[in-house]
Amino acid sequence: MSVQSNVEVRTEWGIVSARQAGRNLAKEIGFSSVDQARITTAISELARNIYLYAEKGEIIIEAVEEIHSTGVKHGIKITAKDKGPGIKNIRQVMEDGFTTSGGLGAGLPGVKRLMDEFDIDSVAGEGTEITTIKWNS
Amino acid sequence: MRIPILKLHDYLLISVQVELDDQTALQFQEDLLNKIHQEGSSGVVIDLTSVEMIDSFIAKVLGDVVEMSNLMGAKVVLTGIQPAVAITLIDMGIMLDEVPTALDLEQGLDKLQQELEG
Repeated sequence: MSVQSNVEVRTEWGIVSARQAGRNLAKEIGFSSVDQARITTAISELARNIYLYAEKGEIIIEAVEEIHSTGVKHGIKITAKDKGPGIKNIRQVMEDGFTTSGGLGAGLPGVKRLMDEFDIDSVAGEGTEITTIKWNS
Repeated sequence: MRIPILKLHDYLLISVQVELDDQTALQFQEDLLNKIHQEGSSGVVIDLTSVEMIDSFIAKVLGDVVEMSNLMGAKVVLTGIQPAVAITLIDMGIMLDEVPTALDLEQGLDKLQQELEG
């Protein structure tokens, strides 16, 4: 299993490549077609945010596992990193319908709902790192 | 990349068979409106059977092209949205409320006929 792939996002093609890399790994891990669509869509939203707001950055896609008493849980972890302007008001960007780009404002709150774990780390003027995980149930 | 637009009598038929990137989606929007204008089409079916992912951007482009076509006087029906795509759109909170849809191309054409006659 290809454990990790890093996709550079600086053009619209980077968005497509990140999506494809995510779908391939999600398939390998054994996610259902619905979860594959959720994961691919989440990656697309994160990659587009990099392209729109930070111009360039990277999407890191990796297989993760967690060991429980009942067995091993497999998942996919997506990290979106950029050195863009950062997010000034995180609460605002997590509101449904909030947008500065004329989009639907469904991006980040949507990603949070599509995935199981979601974390934003952003410093104004320095950049943003969003980490999100989907577990295969 | 251009998405082919087929003419069938008063209708236009589109089957999206490629992975939709932003540029292709926007180009398609423009091509479709020009084709409606050029052919004087009254109805359009956009079949999405082969589309495995619709994110918020693509959803906006599709919703917009339906409204734009309506403004021009052509009805648009989206058909063949996959179960995984429908689930993901609703999870995301994207409601394509105003957009007429049908299960497949055949039912899409029936729906157009009804809307245009009714």
